[in-house]
Amino acid sequence: MNRRLLEEGFFRGLMVLSVAAVVGGLLVIIAVITAKGARSLDWAMLTQVPHGGYYLGKEGGVLNAIVGSLALAIGATALAALFAFPVCLYLQKDYAGQSKLAAFVRTSLDLLWGIPSIVYGAFGFSVLLYLGMRASLLGGIIALTLVELPIMARAMEEAVRMVSQDLKEASYAMGGTRWETMRKVVLRQAMPGILTAVLLAFGRGIGDAASVLFTAGYTDNLPRSLLDPVASLPLAVFFQLGTPFPEVQGRAHASAFILLAIVLIISVISRLLGAKVSKYSVR
Amino acid sequence: MSWRVLTERLTTGWVVAVSLVVMLLTGVVAAALVHRSLPIVQDHSLGALLGGSEWRPMQGRFGFGPFILGTVWVTVLAMAMAVPVCLLAAIYLAEYARAATRAVVRPLLDVLAGIPSVVYGLFGVLLLVPLVSDHVAPWAARHLGSLPGATPQEGYSTGYCLLTGAIVLAMMVAPVIISIADEVLRGVPVAMREASLAVGATRWETVKHVSLRYAAPGLVASVVLGFSRAFGETMAVLMVVGNVATSPKSVFDPAYPLPALIANNYGEMMSIPLYDSALLLAALILMVTVLAFNLAAQGVLVLARRRAAQ
Repeated sequence: MNRRLLEEGFFRGLMVLSVAAVVGGLLVIIAVITAKGARSLDWAMLTQVPHGGYYLGKEGGVLNAIVGSLALAIGATALAALFAFPVCLYLQKDYAGQSKLAAFVRTSLDLLWGIPSIVYGAFGFSVLLYLGMRASLLGGIIALTLVELPIMARAMEEAVRMVSQDLKEASYAMGGTRWETMRKVVLRQAMPGILTAVLLAFGRGIGDAASVLFTAGYTDNLPRSLLDPVASLPLAVFFQLGTPFPEVQGRAHASAFILLAIVLIISVISRLLGAKVSKYSVR
Repeated sequence: MSWRVLTERLTTGWVVAVSLVVMLLTGVVAAALVHRSLPIVQDHSLGALLGGSEWRPMQGRFGFGPFILGTVWVTVLAMAMAVPVCLLAAIYLAEYARAATRAVVRPLLDVLAGIPSVVYGLFGVLLLVPLVSDHVAPWAARHLGSLPGATPQEGYSTGYCLLTGAIVLAMMVAPVIISIADEVLRGVPVAMREASLAVGATRWETVKHVSLRYAAPGLVASVVLGFSRAFGETMAVLMVVGNVATSPKSVFDPAYPLPALIANNYGEMMSIPLYDSALLLAALILMVTVLAFNLAAQGVLVLARRRAAQ
Protein backbone atom coordinates (compact mmCIF):
# COMPACT_ATOMS: atom_id res chain seq x y z
CA MET A 1 0.00 0.00 0.00
CA ASN A 2 2.69 2.38 1.06
CA ARG A 3 4.69 1.74 -2.09
CA ARG A 4 1.70 2.49 -4.31
CA LEU A 5 1.16 5.83 -2.65
CA LEU A 6 4.87 6.55 -2.90
CA GLU A 7 4.78 5.87 -6.63
CA GLU A 8 1.73 8.12 -6.95
CA GLY A 9 3.51 10.93 -5.13
CA PHE A 10 6.73 10.44 -7.08
CA PHE A 11 5.11 10.72 -10.49
CA ARG A 12 2.84 13.52 -9.40
CA GLY A 13 5.92 15.42 -8.29
CA LEU A 14 7.60 14.77 -11.66
CA MET A 15 4.50 16.04 -13.48
CA VAL A 16 4.31 19.25 -11.48
CA LEU A 17 8.02 19.76 -12.14
CA SER A 18 7.46 19.24 -15.88
CA VAL A 19 4.65 21.77 -16.06
CA ALA A 20 6.75 24.17 -14.00
CA ALA A 21 9.70 23.66 -16.37
CA VAL A 22 7.61 24.46 -19.44
CA VAL A 23 5.92 27.51 -17.93
CA GLY A 24 9.21 28.57 -16.34
CA GLY A 25 10.95 28.28 -19.72
CA LEU A 26 8.42 30.67 -21.22
CA LEU A 27 8.89 33.19 -18.41
CA VAL A 28 12.69 32.98 -18.64
CA ILE A 29 12.61 33.60 -22.41
CA ILE A 30 10.39 36.65 -22.00
CA ALA A 31 12.48 37.92 -19.07
CA VAL A 32 15.83 37.52 -20.86
CA ILE A 33 14.66 39.15 -24.11
CA THR A 34 12.94 41.99 -22.25
CA ALA A 35 15.90 42.67 -19.97
CA LYS A 36 18.45 42.66 -22.80
CA GLY A 37 16.22 44.34 -25.35
CA ALA A 38 14.95 47.18 -23.19
CA ARG A 39 18.54 48.25 -22.50
CA SER A 40 19.19 49.14 -26.14
CA LEU A 41 15.71 50.26 -27.02
CA ASP A 42 15.22 53.96 -27.66
CA TRP A 43 12.88 56.18 -29.61
CA ALA A 44 15.17 56.31 -32.64
CA MET A 45 15.01 52.52 -32.99
CA LEU A 46 11.27 52.75 -33.57
CA THR A 47 11.08 55.89 -35.69
CA GLN A 48 14.15 55.97 -37.96
CA VAL A 49 15.50 53.91 -40.79
CA PRO A 50 19.20 52.95 -40.71
CA HIS A 51 21.45 55.90 -41.61
CA GLY A 52 24.94 55.64 -43.06
CA GLY A 53 27.20 53.49 -40.90
CA TYR A 54 24.28 52.12 -38.90
CA TYR A 55 25.71 48.63 -39.00
CA LEU A 56 28.97 49.95 -37.58
CA GLY A 57 27.15 51.41 -34.58
CA LYS A 58 26.11 54.83 -35.89
CA GLU A 59 22.69 56.57 -35.91
CA GLY A 60 19.43 55.05 -37.01
CA GLY A 61 16.72 52.53 -36.20
CA VAL A 62 14.81 49.58 -37.53
CA LEU A 63 11.68 51.34 -38.79
CA ASN A 64 12.36 49.75 -42.19
CA ALA A 65 12.09 46.30 -40.63
CA ILE A 66 9.02 47.15 -38.54
CA VAL A 67 7.14 48.56 -41.54
CA GLY A 68 8.38 45.74 -43.76
CA SER A 69 7.30 43.04 -41.33
CA LEU A 70 3.86 44.61 -40.89
CA ALA A 71 3.41 44.94 -44.66
CA LEU A 72 4.50 41.33 -45.23
CA ALA A 73 2.31 39.92 -42.48
CA ILE A 74 -0.76 42.01 -43.32
CA GLY A 75 -0.52 41.12 -47.01
CA ALA A 76 0.02 37.44 -46.35
CA THR A 77 -2.74 37.27 -43.75
CA ALA A 78 -5.25 38.91 -46.10
CA LEU A 79 -4.28 36.58 -48.92
CA ALA A 80 -4.37 33.53 -46.66
CA ALA A 81 -7.83 34.49 -45.36
CA LEU A 82 -9.07 34.71 -48.94
CA PHE A 83 -8.07 31.06 -49.31
CA ALA A 84 -8.70 29.72 -45.82
CA PHE A 85 -12.32 30.80 -45.45
CA PRO A 86 -13.65 29.12 -48.61
CA VAL A 87 -11.66 25.98 -47.83
CA CYS A 88 -13.29 25.84 -44.39
CA LEU A 89 -16.71 26.18 -45.99
CA TYR A 90 -15.84 23.45 -48.47
CA LEU A 91 -15.07 21.07 -45.61
CA GLN A 92 -18.54 21.60 -44.08
CA LYS A 93 -21.50 19.33 -44.68
CA ASP A 94 -23.20 22.13 -46.65
CA TYR A 95 -20.58 21.89 -49.39
CA ALA A 96 -18.36 18.81 -49.75
CA GLY A 97 -18.49 17.53 -46.17
CA GLN A 98 -17.64 13.86 -45.98
CA SER A 99 -16.84 13.29 -49.66
CA LYS A 100 -13.54 11.74 -50.80
CA LEU A 101 -12.46 15.05 -52.29
CA ALA A 102 -12.98 16.82 -48.98
CA ALA A 103 -10.86 14.14 -47.28
CA PHE A 104 -8.08 14.89 -49.78
CA VAL A 105 -8.32 18.62 -49.09
CA ARG A 106 -8.14 17.94 -45.36
CA THR A 107 -5.08 15.71 -45.73
CA SER A 108 -3.44 18.30 -47.96
CA LEU A 109 -3.98 20.97 -45.30
CA ASP A 110 -2.44 18.70 -42.66
CA LEU A 111 0.55 18.08 -44.90
CA LEU A 112 0.96 21.78 -45.72
CA TRP A 113 0.91 22.48 -41.96
CA GLY A 114 3.90 20.21 -41.51
CA ILE A 115 6.08 21.52 -44.34
CA PRO A 116 8.97 23.54 -42.84
CA SER A 117 8.94 27.23 -43.71
CA ILE A 118 12.45 27.03 -45.18
CA VAL A 119 10.99 24.70 -47.83
CA TYR A 120 8.33 27.30 -48.64
CA GLY A 121 11.09 29.88 -48.83
CA ALA A 122 13.14 27.80 -51.27
CA PHE A 123 10.03 26.99 -53.29
CA GLY A 124 8.99 30.65 -53.37
CA PHE A 125 12.44 31.70 -54.52
CA SER A 126 12.45 29.18 -57.38
CA VAL A 127 9.05 30.48 -58.44
CA LEU A 128 10.39 34.05 -58.38
CA LEU A 129 13.37 32.99 -60.51
CA TYR A 130 11.06 31.20 -62.90
CA LEU A 131 8.94 34.33 -63.28
CA GLY A 132 12.05 36.44 -63.71
CA MET A 133 11.33 38.50 -60.60
CA ARG A 134 13.72 39.40 -57.81
CA ALA A 135 13.21 39.27 -54.06
CA SER A 136 10.38 41.67 -53.28
CA LEU A 137 7.49 42.46 -50.99
CA LEU A 138 5.21 40.52 -53.32
CA GLY A 139 7.50 37.47 -53.29
CA GLY A 140 7.70 37.57 -49.50
CA ILE A 141 3.93 37.85 -49.22
CA ILE A 142 3.44 34.81 -51.44
CA ALA A 143 5.90 32.64 -49.50
CA LEU A 144 4.45 33.82 -46.19
CA THR A 145 0.90 33.08 -47.38
CA LEU A 146 1.92 29.46 -47.89
CA VAL A 147 3.21 29.36 -44.31
CA GLU A 148 0.11 31.03 -42.85
CA LEU A 149 -2.60 29.27 -44.89
CA PRO A 150 -2.58 25.87 -43.16
CA ILE A 151 -2.26 27.45 -39.69
CA MET A 152 -5.21 29.75 -40.33
CA ALA A 153 -7.37 27.13 -42.09
CA ARG A 154 -6.88 24.60 -39.31
CA ALA A 155 -7.94 27.05 -36.57
CA MET A 156 -10.73 28.53 -38.67
CA GLU A 157 -12.20 25.15 -39.55
CA GLU A 158 -12.48 24.35 -35.87
CA ALA A 159 -14.60 27.47 -35.33
CA VAL A 160 -16.73 27.02 -38.44
CA ARG A 161 -17.39 23.37 -37.63
CA MET A 162 -18.77 24.33 -34.20
CA VAL A 163 -21.70 26.29 -35.68
CA SER A 164 -24.75 24.22 -34.86
CA GLN A 165 -26.63 22.47 -37.64
CA ASP A 166 -29.95 23.73 -36.20
CA LEU A 167 -29.01 27.36 -36.80
CA LYS A 168 -28.06 26.67 -40.39
CA GLU A 169 -31.23 24.68 -40.97
CA ALA A 170 -33.31 27.53 -39.58
CA SER A 171 -31.80 29.72 -42.29
CA TYR A 172 -32.33 27.12 -45.01
CA ALA A 173 -35.94 26.65 -43.90
CA MET A 174 -36.55 30.37 -44.41
CA GLY A 175 -35.37 29.99 -47.99
CA GLY A 176 -31.86 31.29 -47.49
CA THR A 177 -29.37 30.12 -50.09
CA ARG A 178 -26.21 28.32 -49.05
CA TRP A 179 -24.09 31.45 -49.41
CA GLU A 180 -26.59 33.62 -47.52
CA THR A 181 -26.55 31.07 -44.73
CA MET A 182 -22.75 31.05 -44.69
CA ARG A 183 -22.42 34.81 -44.72
CA LYS A 184 -25.20 35.77 -42.35
CA VAL A 185 -25.29 32.83 -39.96
CA VAL A 186 -22.03 30.85 -40.05
CA LEU A 187 -19.68 33.81 -40.50
CA ARG A 188 -21.35 35.79 -37.72
CA GLN A 189 -21.69 32.85 -35.38
CA ALA A 190 -18.09 31.71 -35.86
CA MET A 191 -16.65 35.25 -35.88
CA PRO A 192 -14.75 34.99 -32.57
CA GLY A 193 -13.02 31.82 -33.72
CA ILE A 194 -12.36 33.23 -37.17
CA LEU A 195 -10.77 36.38 -35.76
CA THR A 196 -8.63 34.27 -33.44
CA ALA A 197 -7.54 32.16 -36.41
CA VAL A 198 -6.63 35.24 -38.46
CA LEU A 199 -4.65 36.82 -35.63
CA LEU A 200 -2.94 33.50 -34.87
CA ALA A 201 -1.77 33.29 -38.47
CA PHE A 202 -0.71 36.94 -38.41
CA GLY A 203 1.39 36.31 -35.29
CA ARG A 204 3.08 33.29 -36.88
CA GLY A 205 3.62 35.14 -40.12
CA ILE A 206 5.26 38.20 -38.63
CA GLY A 207 7.75 36.04 -36.74
CA ASP A 208 8.67 33.71 -39.57
CA ALA A 209 12.18 34.25 -40.86
CA ALA A 210 13.01 31.25 -43.03
CA SER A 211 10.31 31.87 -45.63
CA VAL A 212 11.14 35.55 -46.24
CA LEU A 213 14.91 35.06 -46.15
CA PHE A 214 15.27 34.76 -49.94
CA THR A 215 11.87 35.90 -51.12
CA ALA A 216 11.58 39.34 -49.52
CA GLY A 217 15.23 40.37 -49.53
CA TYR A 218 16.47 43.13 -47.24
CA THR A 219 16.85 46.87 -47.60
CA ASP A 220 17.43 49.96 -45.48
CA ASN A 221 14.60 51.82 -47.21
CA LEU A 222 10.89 51.75 -46.61
CA PRO A 223 8.98 49.74 -49.23
CA ARG A 224 7.48 51.92 -51.99
CA SER A 225 5.84 49.27 -54.14
CA LEU A 226 5.02 45.58 -54.16
CA LEU A 227 8.04 44.92 -56.34
CA ASP A 228 10.60 46.52 -54.00
CA PRO A 229 12.58 44.37 -51.61
CA VAL A 230 11.61 44.83 -47.93
CA ALA A 231 13.31 44.37 -44.60
CA SER A 232 11.71 42.31 -41.83
CA LEU A 233 12.16 42.18 -38.07
CA PRO A 234 13.28 38.54 -37.78
CA LEU A 235 15.99 39.14 -40.36
CA ALA A 236 16.92 42.44 -38.69
CA VAL A 237 17.57 40.46 -35.49
CA PHE A 238 19.56 37.85 -37.39
CA PHE A 239 21.74 40.22 -39.42
CA GLN A 240 22.47 42.67 -36.60
CA LEU A 241 23.40 39.82 -34.27
CA GLY A 242 25.90 38.65 -36.88
CA THR A 243 27.94 41.87 -36.75
CA PRO A 244 30.96 42.07 -34.46
CA PHE A 245 29.91 45.39 -32.87
CA PRO A 246 28.34 45.31 -29.39
CA GLU A 247 26.15 48.39 -30.12
CA VAL A 248 24.68 46.71 -33.19
CA GLN A 249 24.21 43.43 -31.32
CA GLY A 250 22.37 45.42 -28.65
CA ARG A 251 20.07 46.66 -31.38
CA ALA A 252 19.48 43.06 -32.43
CA HIS A 253 18.30 42.41 -28.87
CA ALA A 254 16.06 45.47 -29.04
CA SER A 255 14.66 44.35 -32.42
CA ALA A 256 13.87 40.94 -30.95
CA PHE A 257 12.14 42.66 -28.05
CA ILE A 258 10.03 44.73 -30.47
CA LEU A 259 9.11 41.56 -32.39
CA LEU A 260 8.25 39.67 -29.20
CA ALA A 261 6.16 42.61 -27.97
CA ILE A 262 4.19 42.72 -31.25
CA VAL A 263 3.52 38.97 -31.08
CA LEU A 264 2.45 39.10 -27.41
CA ILE A 265 0.22 42.14 -27.98
CA ILE A 266 -1.48 40.36 -30.90
CA SER A 267 -2.08 37.29 -28.77
CA VAL A 268 -3.65 39.43 -26.02
CA ILE A 269 -5.78 41.37 -28.53
CA SER A 270 -7.00 38.10 -30.04
CA ARG A 271 -8.14 36.89 -26.63
CA LEU A 272 -9.91 40.15 -25.75
CA LEU A 273 -11.48 40.45 -29.19
CA GLY A 274 -12.67 36.84 -29.08
CA ALA A 275 -14.44 37.47 -25.79
CA LYS A 276 -15.93 40.76 -26.99
CA VAL A 277 -17.26 39.49 -30.31
CA SER A 278 -18.63 36.25 -28.86
CA LYS A 279 -21.32 38.39 -27.17
CA TYR A 280 -23.10 38.40 -30.51
CA SER A 281 -23.10 34.63 -30.95
CA VAL A 282 -26.14 32.50 -30.24
CA ARG A 283 -25.35 29.71 -27.81
CA MET B 1 -34.19 36.04 -57.31
CA SER B 2 -31.76 35.57 -60.14
CA TRP B 3 -29.23 37.83 -58.41
CA ARG B 4 -29.32 35.54 -55.40
CA VAL B 5 -28.92 32.45 -57.53
CA LEU B 6 -26.01 34.06 -59.39
CA THR B 7 -24.28 34.95 -56.12
CA GLU B 8 -24.80 31.39 -54.91
CA ARG B 9 -23.30 29.95 -58.10
CA LEU B 10 -20.34 32.33 -58.06
CA THR B 11 -19.49 31.72 -54.41
CA THR B 12 -19.79 27.97 -54.86
CA GLY B 13 -17.38 28.21 -57.76
CA TRP B 14 -14.97 30.22 -55.61
CA VAL B 15 -15.19 27.73 -52.74
CA VAL B 16 -14.61 24.70 -54.95
CA ALA B 17 -11.85 26.30 -57.01
CA VAL B 18 -9.88 27.45 -53.97
CA SER B 19 -10.25 24.04 -52.34
CA LEU B 20 -8.92 22.30 -55.43
CA VAL B 21 -5.94 24.66 -55.47
CA VAL B 22 -5.23 23.87 -51.82
CA MET B 23 -5.60 20.16 -52.53
CA LEU B 24 -3.03 20.34 -55.31
CA LEU B 25 -0.66 22.70 -53.50
CA THR B 26 1.38 20.00 -51.73
CA GLY B 27 1.84 18.27 -55.06
CA VAL B 28 2.84 21.50 -56.78
CA VAL B 29 5.49 22.30 -54.18
CA ALA B 30 6.83 18.74 -54.35
CA ALA B 31 6.81 18.70 -58.15
CA ALA B 32 8.67 22.01 -58.36
CA LEU B 33 11.35 20.79 -55.95
CA VAL B 34 11.71 17.47 -57.80
CA HIS B 35 11.97 19.29 -61.11
CA ARG B 36 14.65 21.67 -59.83
CA SER B 37 16.68 19.00 -58.08
CA LEU B 38 16.69 16.59 -61.03
CA PRO B 39 19.88 18.01 -62.62
CA ILE B 40 22.06 17.05 -59.66
CA VAL B 41 20.46 13.63 -59.21
CA GLN B 42 21.12 12.91 -62.89
CA ASP B 43 24.73 14.04 -62.56
CA HIS B 44 25.56 12.25 -59.30
CA SER B 45 23.89 9.11 -58.00
CA LEU B 46 21.39 9.62 -55.20
CA GLY B 47 23.33 7.20 -53.01
CA ALA B 48 26.55 9.16 -53.44
CA LEU B 49 24.74 12.39 -52.63
CA LEU B 50 23.03 11.12 -49.47
CA GLY B 51 25.97 9.04 -48.25
CA GLY B 52 28.84 11.27 -49.37
CA SER B 53 30.67 13.15 -46.67
CA GLU B 54 32.48 15.73 -48.78
CA TRP B 55 30.84 19.11 -49.36
CA ARG B 56 32.90 21.08 -51.91
CA PRO B 57 30.49 22.76 -54.32
CA MET B 58 33.37 24.50 -56.15
CA GLN B 59 34.77 21.11 -57.16
CA GLY B 60 31.34 19.69 -57.87
CA ARG B 61 31.27 17.49 -54.75
CA PHE B 62 27.97 17.47 -52.94
CA GLY B 63 27.88 15.00 -50.05
CA PHE B 64 24.89 15.53 -47.78
CA GLY B 65 26.11 13.03 -45.18
CA PRO B 66 27.26 15.47 -42.47
CA PHE B 67 24.17 17.65 -42.89
CA ILE B 68 21.75 14.75 -42.66
CA LEU B 69 23.61 13.44 -39.62
CA GLY B 70 23.51 16.91 -38.06
CA THR B 71 19.77 17.22 -38.59
CA VAL B 72 19.07 13.75 -37.24
CA TRP B 73 21.29 14.21 -34.19
CA VAL B 74 19.98 17.59 -33.15
CA THR B 75 16.37 16.44 -33.63
CA VAL B 76 16.78 13.14 -31.80
CA LEU B 77 18.58 14.85 -28.92
CA ALA B 78 15.85 17.48 -28.69
CA MET B 79 13.14 14.84 -28.68
CA ALA B 80 14.95 12.85 -25.98
CA MET B 81 14.77 15.93 -23.78
CA ALA B 82 11.29 17.08 -24.77
CA VAL B 83 9.26 13.88 -24.87
CA PRO B 84 9.37 12.77 -21.19
CA VAL B 85 8.77 16.29 -19.90
CA CYS B 86 6.00 16.98 -22.42
CA LEU B 87 4.16 13.72 -21.79
CA LEU B 88 4.31 14.21 -18.02
CA ALA B 89 3.07 17.79 -18.40
CA ALA B 90 0.26 16.65 -20.72
CA ILE B 91 -0.78 13.91 -18.28
CA TYR B 92 -0.86 16.47 -15.48
CA LEU B 93 -2.98 18.88 -17.52
CA ALA B 94 -5.40 16.21 -18.72
CA GLU B 95 -5.74 14.06 -15.61
CA TYR B 96 -4.74 15.99 -12.51
CA ALA B 97 -4.98 19.74 -13.05
CA ARG B 98 -7.96 21.72 -11.81
CA ALA B 99 -9.94 23.68 -14.38
CA ALA B 100 -8.40 26.90 -13.07
CA THR B 101 -4.86 25.59 -13.63
CA ARG B 102 -5.72 24.46 -17.15
CA ALA B 103 -7.25 27.84 -17.88
CA VAL B 104 -3.89 29.45 -17.04
CA VAL B 105 -1.49 26.92 -18.57
CA ARG B 106 -3.20 26.27 -21.93
CA PRO B 107 -3.06 29.93 -23.08
CA LEU B 108 0.58 30.09 -21.94
CA LEU B 109 1.29 27.10 -24.19
CA ASP B 110 -0.28 29.01 -27.07
CA VAL B 111 1.98 31.98 -26.31
CA LEU B 112 5.00 29.67 -26.23
CA ALA B 113 3.98 28.23 -29.61
CA GLY B 114 3.67 31.73 -31.03
CA ILE B 115 7.09 33.06 -30.05
CA PRO B 116 9.11 33.69 -33.24
CA SER B 117 11.99 31.34 -33.90
CA VAL B 118 14.59 34.14 -33.98
CA VAL B 119 13.55 35.02 -30.44
CA TYR B 120 14.20 31.43 -29.38
CA GLY B 121 17.50 31.63 -31.21
CA LEU B 122 18.49 34.88 -29.52
CA PHE B 123 17.51 33.42 -26.16
CA GLY B 124 19.82 30.51 -26.93
CA VAL B 125 22.67 32.85 -27.84
CA LEU B 126 22.20 35.06 -24.78
CA LEU B 127 21.60 32.46 -22.09
CA LEU B 128 22.22 28.88 -23.21
CA VAL B 129 25.46 29.30 -25.19
CA PRO B 130 27.39 30.84 -22.25
CA LEU B 131 25.74 28.37 -19.87
CA VAL B 132 26.88 25.39 -21.92
CA SER B 133 30.38 26.68 -22.63
CA ASP B 134 31.13 27.97 -19.11
CA HIS B 135 29.35 25.46 -16.92
CA VAL B 136 27.87 22.39 -18.60
CA ALA B 137 30.87 21.50 -20.78
CA PRO B 138 33.51 21.83 -18.02
CA TRP B 139 31.24 19.86 -15.68
CA ALA B 140 30.79 17.10 -18.25
CA ALA B 141 34.55 17.03 -18.90
CA ARG B 142 35.17 16.47 -15.20
CA HIS B 143 32.41 13.99 -14.39
CA LEU B 144 31.32 12.16 -17.54
CA GLY B 145 34.76 11.08 -18.76
CA SER B 146 33.80 7.48 -19.47
CA LEU B 147 30.59 8.25 -21.38
CA PRO B 148 31.15 8.32 -25.17
CA GLY B 149 29.76 11.41 -26.84
CA ALA B 150 29.02 13.21 -23.60
CA THR B 151 32.32 15.01 -23.09
CA PRO B 152 33.71 17.96 -25.03
CA GLN B 153 36.82 17.26 -27.08
CA GLU B 154 39.88 18.72 -25.35
CA GLY B 155 37.60 19.59 -22.45
CA TYR B 156 36.32 22.71 -24.13
CA SER B 157 33.23 23.80 -26.07
CA THR B 158 32.29 27.14 -27.61
CA GLY B 159 28.69 26.59 -26.56
CA TYR B 160 27.57 26.76 -30.19
CA CYS B 161 26.92 23.04 -30.38
CA LEU B 162 24.48 20.15 -30.74
CA LEU B 163 23.43 20.32 -27.10
CA THR B 164 22.47 24.01 -27.22
CA GLY B 165 20.60 23.52 -30.50
CA ALA B 166 18.74 20.57 -29.03
CA ILE B 167 17.71 22.49 -25.88
CA VAL B 168 16.33 25.38 -27.95
CA LEU B 169 14.55 22.92 -30.23
CA ALA B 170 13.09 21.00 -27.28
CA MET B 171 11.59 24.23 -25.93
CA MET B 172 10.12 25.01 -29.33
CA VAL B 173 8.38 21.68 -29.89
CA ALA B 174 7.09 21.39 -26.32
CA PRO B 175 3.83 23.32 -26.93
CA VAL B 176 3.08 21.26 -30.05
CA ILE B 177 3.54 17.93 -28.29
CA ILE B 178 1.77 18.97 -25.07
CA SER B 179 -1.28 20.41 -26.87
CA ILE B 180 -1.87 17.31 -29.00
CA ALA B 181 -1.08 14.86 -26.18
CA ASP B 182 -3.43 16.74 -23.85
CA GLU B 183 -6.21 16.63 -26.44
CA VAL B 184 -5.66 12.89 -26.97
CA LEU B 185 -5.68 12.16 -23.23
CA ARG B 186 -8.86 14.17 -22.75
CA GLY B 187 -10.46 11.85 -25.30
CA VAL B 188 -10.11 8.84 -22.99
CA PRO B 189 -13.66 8.00 -21.83
CA VAL B 190 -14.34 9.00 -18.24
CA ALA B 191 -16.14 5.70 -17.67
CA MET B 192 -12.93 3.77 -18.28
CA ARG B 193 -11.07 5.83 -15.69
CA GLU B 194 -13.91 5.43 -13.23
CA ALA B 195 -13.91 1.68 -13.68
CA SER B 196 -10.24 1.62 -12.72
CA LEU B 197 -10.64 4.01 -9.78
CA ALA B 198 -13.66 2.03 -8.56
CA VAL B 199 -11.64 -1.16 -8.09
CA GLY B 200 -9.20 0.74 -5.90
CA ALA B 201 -6.46 1.83 -8.29
CA THR B 202 -4.63 5.05 -7.44
CA ARG B 203 -4.76 7.87 -9.94
CA TRP B 204 -1.29 7.16 -11.26
CA GLU B 205 -2.16 3.47 -11.65
CA THR B 206 -5.24 4.51 -13.59
CA VAL B 207 -3.11 6.71 -15.81
CA LYS B 208 -0.54 3.97 -16.29
CA HIS B 209 -2.87 1.06 -16.97
CA VAL B 210 -5.91 2.74 -18.52
CA SER B 211 -5.35 6.23 -19.97
CA LEU B 212 -1.85 5.72 -21.38
CA ARG B 213 -2.76 2.37 -22.86
CA TYR B 214 -5.95 3.71 -24.41
CA ALA B 215 -4.30 6.90 -25.68
CA ALA B 216 -1.05 5.27 -26.82
CA PRO B 217 -1.55 5.67 -30.61
CA GLY B 218 -2.51 9.33 -30.23
CA LEU B 219 0.46 9.98 -27.96
CA VAL B 220 2.78 8.38 -30.50
CA ALA B 221 1.26 10.67 -33.13
CA SER B 222 1.83 13.75 -30.96
CA VAL B 223 5.50 12.82 -30.58
CA VAL B 224 5.89 12.17 -34.31
CA LEU B 225 4.32 15.53 -35.16
CA GLY B 226 6.67 17.21 -32.72
CA PHE B 227 9.58 15.37 -34.32
CA SER B 228 8.70 16.53 -37.81
CA ARG B 229 8.28 20.10 -36.56
CA ALA B 230 11.74 19.96 -35.05
CA PHE B 231 13.23 18.37 -38.16
CA GLY B 232 12.60 21.39 -40.36
CA GLU B 233 13.14 24.20 -37.86
CA THR B 234 15.66 26.60 -39.30
CA MET B 235 16.48 29.94 -37.75
CA ALA B 236 16.61 29.12 -34.05
CA VAL B 237 18.85 26.10 -34.59
CA LEU B 238 21.00 27.86 -37.16
CA MET B 239 21.78 30.61 -34.64
CA VAL B 240 23.13 28.30 -31.92
CA VAL B 241 24.34 25.07 -33.47
CA GLY B 242 27.69 26.25 -34.82
CA ASN B 243 27.31 25.33 -38.51
CA VAL B 244 30.48 23.32 -39.08
CA ALA B 245 30.08 20.62 -41.71
CA THR B 246 31.63 17.68 -39.87
CA SER B 247 30.04 14.63 -38.34
CA PRO B 248 29.67 15.56 -34.67
CA LYS B 249 31.43 13.18 -32.25
CA SER B 250 29.93 14.53 -29.05
CA VAL B 251 27.01 16.69 -27.99
CA PHE B 252 29.48 19.54 -27.41
CA ASP B 253 30.58 19.54 -31.05
CA PRO B 254 29.08 21.90 -33.59
CA ALA B 255 26.80 20.47 -36.28
CA TYR B 256 25.34 21.73 -39.55
CA PRO B 257 21.70 20.70 -40.10
CA LEU B 258 20.06 20.68 -43.55
CA PRO B 259 17.76 23.68 -43.01
CA ALA B 260 20.76 25.77 -41.91
CA LEU B 261 22.63 24.70 -45.05
CA ILE B 262 19.81 25.99 -47.23
CA ALA B 263 19.37 29.21 -45.26
CA ASN B 264 23.07 30.07 -45.25
CA ASN B 265 23.76 29.43 -48.92
CA TYR B 266 20.62 29.86 -50.92
CA GLY B 267 20.38 33.04 -52.98
CA GLU B 268 24.12 33.43 -53.44
CA MET B 269 24.90 30.21 -55.23
CA MET B 270 24.05 31.19 -58.79
CA SER B 271 27.58 31.11 -60.23
CA ILE B 272 28.46 27.56 -59.16
CA PRO B 273 26.99 24.84 -61.37
CA LEU B 274 24.47 22.53 -59.71
CA TYR B 275 24.74 24.35 -56.37
CA ASP B 276 21.18 25.60 -56.61
CA SER B 277 19.97 22.16 -57.62
CA ALA B 278 21.80 20.65 -54.64
CA LEU B 279 20.16 23.04 -52.18
CA LEU B 280 16.71 22.34 -53.60
CA LEU B 281 17.46 18.65 -53.25
CA ALA B 282 18.15 19.40 -49.57
CA ALA B 283 14.76 21.10 -49.35
CA LEU B 284 13.17 18.09 -51.05
CA ILE B 285 14.82 15.69 -48.58
CA LEU B 286 13.43 17.77 -45.70
CA MET B 287 9.98 17.89 -47.22
CA VAL B 288 9.77 14.17 -48.04
CA THR B 289 10.95 13.17 -44.56
CA VAL B 290 8.51 15.49 -42.85
CA LEU B 291 5.61 14.46 -45.09
CA ALA B 292 6.26 10.78 -44.45
CA PHE B 293 6.26 11.33 -40.69
CA ASN B 294 3.18 13.54 -40.83
CA LEU B 295 1.18 11.14 -42.99
CA ALA B 296 1.93 8.33 -40.56
CA ALA B 297 1.00 10.47 -37.56
CA GLN B 298 -2.20 11.74 -39.15
CA GLY B 299 -3.22 8.19 -40.01
CA VAL B 300 -2.70 7.08 -36.43
CA LEU B 301 -4.60 10.13 -35.11
CA VAL B 302 -7.56 9.50 -37.40
CA LEU B 303 -7.74 5.88 -36.25
CA ALA B 304 -7.51 6.97 -32.61
CA ARG B 305 -10.25 9.58 -33.05
CA ARG B 306 -12.50 7.10 -34.80
CA ARG B 307 -12.04 4.65 -31.94
CA ALA B 308 -12.68 7.38 -29.37
CA ALA B 309 -15.91 8.31 -31.15
CA GLN B 310 -17.32 4.80 -30.85
